[in-house]
Amino acid sequence: MTEWEHYCKLLECGKISRREFMSRTAALGLTTALATSLAAKAATAATPKKGGTLRLGIGHGSTTDTLDPATYENLYIQSLGGAVHNKLTEVGNSGDLVPELAESWEPSVEFHNGKTLDADDVVASINHHRGEDSKSAAKPIVDPIADIKADGKDTVVFTMKTGNADFPFIISDYHLSIMPSKDGKADATSGIGTSGYTIESFEPGVRTKLKRFPNYWKEGRAHFDAAEMLVIVDVAARTNALTTGEIDAMDRVDLKTAHLLARNKNVKIVETSGTAHYTFAMRTDTAPFDNNDVRLALKYALDREALLKSILRGHGVIGNDHPIGLSNRYHASASDLPQRKYDVDKAKFHLKKAGLSNLKVDLSAADAAFAGAVDAAVLYKEHAAKAGIEINVVREPNDGYWSNVWLKKPWCAVYWGGRPTEDWMFSTAYAAGAPWNDSFWEHERFNKLLIEARAELDEAKRRAMYVEMQTIVSNEGGVVVPMFNNYVMGLSKKVQHEKMGSNWSLDGFRAVERWWFG
Amino acid sequence: MTKILTMVAQRLALGLLTLFVVSLIIFLGIELLPGDLTEAVLGQSATPETVAAFRRELGLDLPPHTRYIEWLGGVLQGDFGKSLANEREISELIGVRFANTLFLAAIAAVISVPLAVTLGVLAALYRNSFFDRSINVVTLSSISFPEFFVAYILILFLAVNANIFPSISNVSADLALWERVYRVMLPALTLTLVVVAHMMRMTRASIINLLASPYIEMANLKGLSRSRIIVHHALPNALAPIINVIVINLAYLVVGVVIVEVVFVYPGLGQLFVDSVIKRDVPVVQASCLIFAATYILLNLTADVLSILSNPRLLHPK
Repeated sequence: MTEWEHYCKLLECGKISRREFMSRTAALGLTTALATSLAAKAATAATPKKGGTLRLGIGHGSTTDTLDPATYENLYIQSLGGAVHNKLTEVGNSGDLVPELAESWEPSVEFHNGKTLDADDVVASINHHRGEDSKSAAKPIVDPIADIKADGKDTVVFTMKTGNADFPFIISDYHLSIMPSKDGKADATSGIGTSGYTIESFEPGVRTKLKRFPNYWKEGRAHFDAAEMLVIVDVAARTNALTTGEIDAMDRVDLKTAHLLARNKNVKIVETSGTAHYTFAMRTDTAPFDNNDVRLALKYALDREALLKSILRGHGVIGNDHPIGLSNRYHASASDLPQRKYDVDKAKFHLKKAGLSNLKVDLSAADAAFAGAVDAAVLYKEHAAKAGIEINVVREPNDGYWSNVWLKKPWCAVYWGGRPTEDWMFSTAYAAGAPWNDSFWEHERFNKLLIEARAELDEAKRRAMYVEMQTIVSNEGGVVVPMFNNYVMGLSKKVQHEKMGSNWSLDGFRAVERWWFG
Repeated sequence: MTKILTMVAQRLALGLLTLFVVSLIIFLGIELLPGDLTEAVLGQSATPETVAAFRRELGLDLPPHTRYIEWLGGVLQGDFGKSLANEREISELIGVRFANTLFLAAIAAVISVPLAVTLGVLAALYRNSFFDRSINVVTLSSISFPEFFVAYILILFLAVNANIFPSISNVSADLALWERVYRVMLPALTLTLVVVAHMMRMTRASIINLLASPYIEMANLKGLSRSRIIVHHALPNALAPIINVIVINLAYLVVGVVIVEVVFVYPGLGQLFVDSVIKRDVPVVQASCLIFAATYILLNLTADVLSILSNPRLLHPK
């Protein structure tokens, strides 16, 4: 790959900004005009063409999957939800928020069963996740809603418990799919949505066949005539299926062999860097993690670069002990918050400050947390040993990891898909008393800022607040964030797409709606 | 003949008892596993309230014995219930997958059984020759490799390099028979390679075992050809052990192929079973286990009946 091709790639997956692209390619001796046209080429491919059947091989999926958005629990069913349902809002492919159903009610939107969308459907769909009997994984997300009611046919009024500037972002969540209502209840299990594709057949754990919905309201989307989403859990089977042309695209490329797959002339590797990240969460209510110096010592005792290189094979970016990724709006840049580095002396210094000459801690890990978690923990052990910290890696069973280890053991490996907004991420896993606050962390100033920032509409003030919060989490929080992982996908060369959304895998779960065959 | 019928009836009754015990053991086993369906499905997103609400909805808040008795009552009336995870009828959920499993097993058996018996007879016929040794080496090597390795080798040569067969067995109900056979060819070949050695060696060993007996010596002295001696005189007497081994391998083809299913993305019962255990979907696990157990019971019974039928001494006891 030539150097400018490399920059084009970086620009495409959002790793560098357009301005950076210009300055770097200028250094290569390209004229501004050429650089501009290259940037434009990288940003938009050809105009979409209609037709064809997209066959997607997805590395998750189980016989126990259901169509009910309340229990969407793996990448397969979440991607299917992305193909079948619209939400009120949508995170666009550049990470900005665009209205979906919320502003497009006219001309009328039609469900796959012919019913016209009205305000009652929206109310029922959101209420599906609320209330005492909700089994929804999205219950904490809709918790800030005090009341929701229909005002006429085409207006829905949300009343929030507190001010929340990010609420429009939150209702783009994949759980909050808009479904038709029947007697005031959402019809959650039939898989009827308002999107460009209807479900022709759904065999959980095997495949779903989708057909283009002729009355789709959105312009310039849903280019394929049909799509087939296959569950291919085995990564070798997925890779073989892609190289032999049995499928057109796959997610979760095997990072160890990605460079070999890229050599295949019919396949391209596409990766996006989003908000997904790995953490090692310490229970700050348990000794010795209740001492911030112990936590800092552990944060300094990890070589993130080495982890990124060996666990992710470079398909990611290193973390700075807070959960806000490069693609988030208010990510604290290196000038706001210096990158924490592997520093044995500082680790020893903090250990001493905590009154300890050495430290022995257990770190629980299983590959259920994230692929390579056990290896990462073992590497961590090696790095920390140099600072006089003895980490005992406890290999936990994959089965039941989230119910028996996470939130239970004092220190464990965790995976977070991340959230498109700072407030959402912080309220989910860092706010005092939040059910998934896996470090059991309470910080007065942080919690105060969290509520203030939520209702703050001034951009500059908001940015300052979120930067301060990232600083607090990084310096005083209970999680080590070694790295953010990229979503790495393999696509047949005939599959075309615009800039790929990085909020989730497979173009923000919208591959079926956004892609086309060239 | 009546003796066989009584035996079949007795064995079937015993089989039912076995099934009952199996269902009890499986139920207790799943109860002992940590967590339940609600926690497994909600995973990282679980909160105490949503788990409680989910349990109420599924009736998982009831004590285990109540749930077991309720399930047993349903089964006795022929109702296997619904999957806890997606509320589909189990008969509908399992029916398609079991049919797929049987289809793959049948194709594999159609290829492997005649192949194994023929190779076994030939190996006995040309005992200790180069042919005998090479057959032994090849079949023993293929059984010694892990299944997934054999599968990947076949994929590499027949799918990726030569592009003769598809690398994944993407079958669905609306395919024509020949298309289905074509798509399951690689898994069927993998299974063939895995089971042939056992059946072939047993055929060879039982025949060779008989070659030392006086009546074979008699046939030899009469001047019969070697192939006639083996096929007409030795093979009928060697059938009983061969049938037993074939049946055990058939049972394996039905219940033990989950790895091959995963590698070839074949929608059989094994994958469904693994998914259900991971998610603690008790009714589906129970139903799958009963099918697996019943397969073993019925095939064993068939083996016994066939052994008796093939052996006049057992058919007409004094």
